[in-house]
Amino acid sequence: MDIHEYQAKEILQSFGVTIPRGGIVYSPETAENKAREIGGSKWVVKAQIHSGARGKAGGVIVCNSPLEVAQATDKLLGKKLVTNQTGPEGKIVNRIYIEEATDIEKELYLGLVFDRASESIMVVASTEGGMSVEEIAKEKPDSIIRSKIEVAVGIQSFQARELAFGLGIEPELIRRASETIMGCAKAFSELDATMVEVNPLVISKQKQILALDCKMSFDNNEMFRRDKVSELRDKTQEDEKEVYASDRGLNYVSLEGNIGNIINGAGLAMASMDMIKLAGGEPANFLDVGGGATPEKIVKAFRLITMDKKVKVILVNIFAGINRCDWVAEGIVQALEKIEIKVPLVIRLAGTNVEKGNKILRDSKLNYIEANTLEDAANKAVAALK
Amino acid sequence: MAVIIEKDTKILIQGFTGKMGTFHAEEMIKYGSNVVGGVTPGKGGQKHLDRPVFNTVKDAVKHTGATASILFVPPAFAADSAMEAADAGIKTCVAIVDGIPSHDMIRIKRYMRRYSRNEKMTLVGPNCAGIISPGKSMLGIMPGHIYKEGRVGIISRSGTLGYEAAEQMKNLGIGISTSVGIGGDPINGSSFRDIIEKFETDDETDAILMIGEIGGPQEVAAGEFAKENMKKPVIGYIAGLTAPKGRVMGHAGAIVSAYGESAIEKVEILKECGVTISKNPSVMGDTVKSVLEKI
Repeated sequence: MDIHEYQAKEILQSFGVTIPRGGIVYSPETAENKAREIGGSKWVVKAQIHSGARGKAGGVIVCNSPLEVAQATDKLLGKKLVTNQTGPEGKIVNRIYIEEATDIEKELYLGLVFDRASESIMVVASTEGGMSVEEIAKEKPDSIIRSKIEVAVGIQSFQARELAFGLGIEPELIRRASETIMGCAKAFSELDATMVEVNPLVISKQKQILALDCKMSFDNNEMFRRDKVSELRDKTQEDEKEVYASDRGLNYVSLEGNIGNIINGAGLAMASMDMIKLAGGEPANFLDVGGGATPEKIVKAFRLITMDKKVKVILVNIFAGINRCDWVAEGIVQALEKIEIKVPLVIRLAGTNVEKGNKILRDSKLNYIEANTLEDAANKAVAALK
Repeated sequence: MAVIIEKDTKILIQGFTGKMGTFHAEEMIKYGSNVVGGVTPGKGGQKHLDRPVFNTVKDAVKHTGATASILFVPPAFAADSAMEAADAGIKTCVAIVDGIPSHDMIRIKRYMRRYSRNEKMTLVGPNCAGIISPGKSMLGIMPGHIYKEGRVGIISRSGTLGYEAAEQMKNLGIGISTSVGIGGDPINGSSFRDIIEKFETDDETDAILMIGEIGGPQEVAAGEFAKENMKKPVIGYIAGLTAPKGRVMGHAGAIVSAYGESAIEKVEILKECGVTISKNPSVMGDTVKSVLEKI
């Protein structure tokens, strides 16, 4: 789960990281007042969406008066912002963060991630702040320094110090820089984050170390013990169909193609999508109803797929093990008594009692195309498009 | 001798009396697995499925001599249960449960470092189908009858895609020595490399089918290990050719976030390592067959 910049900043501040003065607003009127409240003579108006690269997309506006702050807020609120990370449909701006402008002397990069190879938390830092970490890795790989956190004991002061000195930070700021790095690491560990990124981390002309832009992500599996974090979820930043799916225990990812998929198991779902592509089609979605493929999940899956207007064919591929094909087939028949399907439907069952399952489908009033193998199913789905 | 589990391996069910634990314990018993009892804290002394229930894994090990366990406990308690198994001297523990926090998995793995190599438990999973040695024992939730006895080892992240492969192979008359589901999570107990190494020294296995997917470095690490250290042929399939970058595809671990983690990149690297690639998921069985014919 991703959260907004301002939410990440509030969290990091509570762990001892300094952030510029700022506040969240939802209307131009409050924006003007908020700018006065923050004080100073220059402000930055920042669209809050779940994406980086907002600046390049016009989502960050520098203002020189409270009136300009109000105008910038008016311009951004309710707008869909398209960045290189949001996809062509963009993301809606419902919240605006107003912040005092910072006199930047130096921009640094600080990131913490789960490193799957070493199975530990990795701190990544660079003197080349402001660029994305991918760009830094490509253009200035030598500027990157890393430090592995031993999860059993957490980050140690010497590690933070080594990183700070490694970034070339002047001696009188080392202590503050170390505290900042340690604060980020503690937030990561204590809140079960999967990613903390401060980019840029800046040294201001007034010799403050400030987190200018922040991102945090969390493991969805950890929400049961993180009430405060789960409250930060903003469903307006997620695909409508994906929200519908996640609220109903389905694993769904919306894609660009026109062949809708209902499959049990994530690996089989990816494999079926690959077969569709190899057969010359494009999947409209990834959808895993879970290994068990219960009738309830299948009903929900059909409802979800029929919400997607670009779907021209539906492919159901279920490998029934202990749950048996006959039981799955009954579930499909029941589901389609409740939901009307207006596009061609291809069904492939495999596994336990496959003959019984296919017979139930054939004997029902269902209008569908029967398929036998993964390849057969994909070919028939693509053929049904024509 | 099969890898990891034997016909008579004594098995405990952790979370024995719950709905999931009961259902799958029955399936395992039907298959012929030697389930000797289970653990549900607070229900010690009772009988369930004609087998004793214990309060702690230590008690259960002491009274039954069990060396393997399978976890059917909710995600919030799974890390605790896995560590309890490790501490009680269990040698093989399979975690079926989906949804264990990654931070917990790292903690489990660090905890297990307190044991020497010989005493260390093999943890398989989480978010996996478990282990089956056809005709011998099943320590998992798979449909046992789709696995024919034979001499090919399978390692798969995905449950249902592993079933798909087993059925394709059965239809071609190819049997399986052991199939291990390592699970779809980013941090898992056993990696492809850990299991492939066991298969290399298993005298009942002639070839290994490795079913991977996008995300993480494990498939590549196994390929590199195979290139350097293995004599047995390895066949591979990687799912997720059409998966967009940066999106989680069902499995928490199925996300492309770095170079070498996409399906195309993994396939290229595995080919360079000498792994025979199944070009699509419909021909996993055929690809295994063509490799076996060359041995």
